[in-house]
Amino acid sequence: MKQTRSKIAFTPESQESLSMTGKPVLHYLNGRGRMESIRWLLAAAGVEFEEKLFENREEFEKLIQGGTLMYGQVPMVEMDGMNLVQTRAILRYIAAKYGLYGRNLEEQAWIDMYVEGLRDLSDMIMFLPLSLPEEKEMNHDYVLHRAMTRFFPVYEKALRDNKQHYLVGNRLSWADVQLLEVILMAEECKASVLSGFPHLQDFKVRTSQIPTINRFLQPGSQRKPPLDAESLGIAKDIFKFEQGMFLKNMSTVVAEY
Amino acid sequence: MAGKPVLHYWNARGRMECIRWLLAAAGVEFEEKFIEAPADMEKLIKDGSLMFQQVPMVEIDGMKLVQTRAILNYIATKYDLYGKDAKERALIDMYTEGIIDLTDMMLKVVTGFPDQREANISLAKDKAKSRYLPAFEKVLKSHGQDYLVGNRLTRVDIHLLEVLLYVEELDSSILDPFPLLKGLKSRISSLPNVKKFLQPGSQRKPPYDEKIIEKAKKIFKI
Repeated sequence: MKQTRSKIAFTPESQESLSMTGKPVLHYLNGRGRMESIRWLLAAAGVEFEEKLFENREEFEKLIQGGTLMYGQVPMVEMDGMNLVQTRAILRYIAAKYGLYGRNLEEQAWIDMYVEGLRDLSDMIMFLPLSLPEEKEMNHDYVLHRAMTRFFPVYEKALRDNKQHYLVGNRLSWADVQLLEVILMAEECKASVLSGFPHLQDFKVRTSQIPTINRFLQPGSQRKPPLDAESLGIAKDIFKFEQGMFLKNMSTVVAEY
Repeated sequence: MAGKPVLHYWNARGRMECIRWLLAAAGVEFEEKFIEAPADMEKLIKDGSLMFQQVPMVEIDGMKLVQTRAILNYIATKYDLYGKDAKERALIDMYTEGIIDLTDMMLKVVTGFPDQREANISLAKDKAKSRYLPAFEKVLKSHGQDYLVGNRLTRVDIHLLEVLLYVEELDSSILDPFPLLKGLKSRISSLPNVKKFLQPGSQRKPPYDEKIIEKAKKIFKI
C-alpha cells in the first residue's frame, strides 16, 4: 500500500514491518557514535525503540540508496511518520515530545547551552580512537584537561548554585540525561575524572537511580559498549574514516579559544 | 532590562554571522562589541560572562547566551521563525543542521591548517554540489512552495540564503543546476529586512581576508 505524506519529503515507499509497531526505529551501525545520545534520551523518556543496525559498507549503501537519508548520513530515526536525520534535530524532537525540554523559552535556552557544551566535549571523546598513534596520549590528555577545566566546572557550579537535583527547572531534562552520559564516557577515559566535583558525583549517583535510566544502565539494554579495535575497524570501513581525524576535527574547536 | 541585544565576537563572520542574519531578518536592531585583542577575551572570561569561555555570546533579555545553536534557537522561537508545531520544527532543524554542516566546512577553510586550504575548499564545493544543494532543491520541488517549511518564512530560509551566498563566493556558477534554489535566493533577498541587511553599511560582515584571519589567530591563540 502506497502511503502518502503531504509535507514530508523523504518517506520510503515501502515500509519495513518493524516500523508498523509504532516504535521509533533507529538506523545506525552497531556502536555508540552519534546515535548513542538518542538511545539515552529515548530510554530516559521510557520510550521503547527498535534498531536496524548495519554491519558493513554494503548494507549502509543500501540504506543510502533507499532514499530515506536526506544527506546520505546516519543517524536516522523513523518516528511519527518522519525519517529524521541530524542528531540534534532528532534529540530536540524527542526532548520536546516527552517533556524534557523545559517549560518555557528561558529554560529551553539553558538546556540548549548545557547540551551544546556537552556535545562539544562528547565529540572530542568520540574522536579520540581516531588519533594517530603518536598523538594518542597528547589528545587524551587534552580532552581530559578540557573536561576538567572547561566543562565539568560549569555543571558542578550549576548544581551547586541552584541547589537542585537537576540542571534546569528543578526537574529532569535532556540536559541531565546527556550530562550523565558524558560523565560516564569521561570516566571510561579516566576513572577519577570526577574527583574534585562532589556535586557531579552526587548527580551521577542520583540520576543513575531514576528507574528508566537505571534500566538502561543494566546489561542487556540497548546501550552500546565503548569502541574496541574490532568495532573501530568496522566503523572505519563503513564510514570511511581515516586515522588522524582527531586533529582535523578539532581545528574548529581549537579556534574557539 | 529591555534593550537591544549585544553581540560579543570579533569583527568578522565566524560563528556569529548566522546570528546577525537571523536578528536582521527578524527586524531586530542589535549592538556589537568587538573583541579586538586577547585582553578583551580575557576580560569577558574573567567577568564570568562566557559559560564555556567561548564566543559567540549574546546578551539578550537579561541572559548571556552562548553556543551558536542555543542563541539561534532562542531568537527563532522568540520572533516566531521556528515553525508552528513540533513537526515543522523537526524539518527546520534537519535542514538547519545540514546548512550548519556546510557552513562549518567553509569555516574550516579559514580556521584549518593553511596547507589544507585548497583541499578544504574542494571538499566544501564538492559536498555543496553533491549533497546539500540537491537536498534543498529536492525539498522545494517536493512541495512547490516559496519557503522551505510551512509555506511561510522561517529561520531556515534565512540560513539557506546565507549559505547560498557563501557557496557562490566559492564558485559563482554553482547554483546554475538548481533553479528552485535560485528562485528562493531571489525571493528571500527581496524581503525588506533582508534587503536592508544586504546593503553596504549594514552589520553584515565581509568575506575573510588575511588581515582578519591573522587577528583571529592572535585573539584566539591558534
